[in-house]
Amino acid sequence: MSLFEPTAAHFEPLARQEKTEQITRPSLSYWQDAWVRLKKNTRAIISLGIIVLLGLFTLIGPLLWSVNPALQNLNQVSQAPSWAKSAVVIAPYQRWNGIRLDNYTNPDQTFTSLPAPTGFSTADTPTTQRVRLAWDQVPGADGYNVYRNNRAPRDFNDLGLPLGSTYGDELSYEDRLSLEPREYYYSLVPTDGYDEYEVYSQLILTPALGLTPDEAVERELITDPHEVNIGDYLTIEFHPLGTDYLGRDMLARLMEGARVSLFIGIVAPFLFVLVGIIYGGFAGYFGGRVDGLLMRFAEFVVALPFLLFMILFKIAFGIGPGESGIMPMLLALVLLSWPSTARLVRGQVLQIREEGYIEAARLLGAKDHYLVLRHIIPNTMGVILVTLTFAVPAAIFTEAFLSFIGMGVAPPTPSWGSMCNEGVKTMLSHPHELIFPALLISITVLAFNLLGDGLTEALDSKMRSRD
Amino acid sequence: MLAYTLKRLFAGVITVWFIATATFIAMHQVPGDPLMNDKAVSAEIRANLEAKYGLDKPVTEQYFIFLGNMLSGDFGISFTQQNRRVNDIIRDHFPISAILGLLAIFFAATGGVLWGALTAIYRNRLPDIVIMFLVILGISVPSFVFAALGQLFLVNLNSLFGQSIIPVAGWGTIWHMLMPSMVLGLGTMALLTRLMRSSMLEVVNEDYIKTARAKGLSPTRIFFRHQLRNAILPVITVLGPQIAAITTGGFVVELVFAIPGLGRYFVQAVQQLDYTVIMGTTVFYGAFLVLMVIIVDILYGFIDPRVRLS
Repeated sequence: MSLFEPTAAHFEPLARQEKTEQITRPSLSYWQDAWVRLKKNTRAIISLGIIVLLGLFTLIGPLLWSVNPALQNLNQVSQAPSWAKSAVVIAPYQRWNGIRLDNYTNPDQTFTSLPAPTGFSTADTPTTQRVRLAWDQVPGADGYNVYRNNRAPRDFNDLGLPLGSTYGDELSYEDRLSLEPREYYYSLVPTDGYDEYEVYSQLILTPALGLTPDEAVERELITDPHEVNIGDYLTIEFHPLGTDYLGRDMLARLMEGARVSLFIGIVAPFLFVLVGIIYGGFAGYFGGRVDGLLMRFAEFVVALPFLLFMILFKIAFGIGPGESGIMPMLLALVLLSWPSTARLVRGQVLQIREEGYIEAARLLGAKDHYLVLRHIIPNTMGVILVTLTFAVPAAIFTEAFLSFIGMGVAPPTPSWGSMCNEGVKTMLSHPHELIFPALLISITVLAFNLLGDGLTEALDSKMRSRD
Repeated sequence: MLAYTLKRLFAGVITVWFIATATFIAMHQVPGDPLMNDKAVSAEIRANLEAKYGLDKPVTEQYFIFLGNMLSGDFGISFTQQNRRVNDIIRDHFPISAILGLLAIFFAATGGVLWGALTAIYRNRLPDIVIMFLVILGISVPSFVFAALGQLFLVNLNSLFGQSIIPVAGWGTIWHMLMPSMVLGLGTMALLTRLMRSSMLEVVNEDYIKTARAKGLSPTRIFFRHQLRNAILPVITVLGPQIAAITTGGFVVELVFAIPGLGRYFVQAVQQLDYTVIMGTTVFYGAFLVLMVIIVDILYGFIDPRVRLS
């Protein structure tokens, strides 16, 4: 038996025969993995889309819709949203004698009931200048009452605004009471000259927006009243979302207000989360007595009644004349809100500090700053991102809340909250002034909340092992 | 338990001192001074007034006088309503805010626990989907919108019946309290429902529930004795801070419903820069909230024996 004689050939590396291990899935980093899972969450993705749209509304919106949000127009106070872009030119108001019966005799008696009036119609084209109503005589009636309602009347007691009464031979009525280009429900009730009979006829009509040549000049649509003829159409200021109580365009104000609300809603959380990270990271990293002292202080700040101190700090930082008061609010928010993030980050850091991979890295000779930058901060990022997402709606709420009670931004600057405050006063007659800003606040808060829920699920490592 | 209570109370006293100090510092940062609102006064009168209110003394001395007064429970006299002591304002108006807040907490807690438990039991079925949709709505819509909608609802309700069934605003009877406290509790109720749902879902899968079921206990008994009692603990933990949120959140509701609570007076005092009222109310509210959190924590110890032991 001969000894094994190794030759050079024996030291040739073996060629790999087959793949021993197949990597079926691409390797994903933590964030890539989170993104994949977030994409599966339809609600979160829709919310993300809404947030992007809100951003565009705020940043690009004013470029596309270049109406001055501060421009007041007392001719167009509290206009409902409308797509009306034009007005018809009408003749200046001329007196109307109405329609009277030639031979009329007073019935001199009250009947138990009368038929409803017939032929209730308009005498000519109704415009916002005047609506002229006419009807046929009801035999036995000695007068008529005219009512106007903004909605369909429920019953006889719900006919709306009593406009006026006619007596005897008068079979017409002219309505000139602050007419708007909207749908009206006119009702006509016959009377015995004093008491009403419980019957009525109804007429539904929408007066056309009319402007006399002089009014058009006043509103700076034309320069010379002879420029236009009666019956021409004029292009007027267009307010797709209506106007507010000073005639300012709602859409432009909502865009301007979005800047304030979203600025505070996004910048304040960024700032206080940053402060929280530094503070909490410091406390968690050093631990021991420093940690105890820093956290005790944070507990004190948490105990401050939040809204009271928001108001207190806001007035303490003061606003000079002509300032909007955004900065004091931002500062107050940051001063009061950092402890929650600080506590969270501290807890995370304390936990991560004890992890095996930190020890391993330390054994391999990693320095402190490397550990902090490479391991501790990236590993707390997930939790911080979730906090940030939930902090945004809270900050938007706080701003809206303070502005609503009149402690927020100073009046000429619109914010969604202060617009709600103004809108709530005319809630019943002009609901659009409250609905639009309230809707925007709600949608924004909803989107950030749902995105936060989605992020929590996507970033949760416990969830990752589950699927 | 006694040692724990004493420890918490001591920490609470220090917290109140911190709140008082922060209030004092903040108020001294406010531009202008308390006498600025008065008509133009000559230098002598102004000096006399400053001497009367102790404003001519150095700030540190003012601070100690302030602390001393707080300790003896004296919050001073209102600057704008000169015949009214801050103590009287608090005594007159705080009970109203407290009743409103407690009712709201009651609504929020019972509603939250109930709806939360319900959604967990009907997980991913119709009741769950409907309630969770309402919860999301409750979290996303600001309280002042709810307040306005609540008023609108009452107006329509009253006009439907042609008489005032439930008053739209004001204060006095139990009917006045109904709508404002519901509106005030709505946001918290939504929050608690979410919390209760997730904690209930965790409890439902615990081993001891399976054991109880295996032993043949009735579902109602399992629900009340084992599921609800365990799932309710996280809800109680957040109740303390939520009381704070609700009592201070009462400002808006008090404003919209014209309720003469302390929150409304605070807002008014801030608008008029009524220094003593602002400071007194803030410190009082702060102390009240600290006390509430302590009480909730101690109650927690009674409910959950695990806390008592540690």
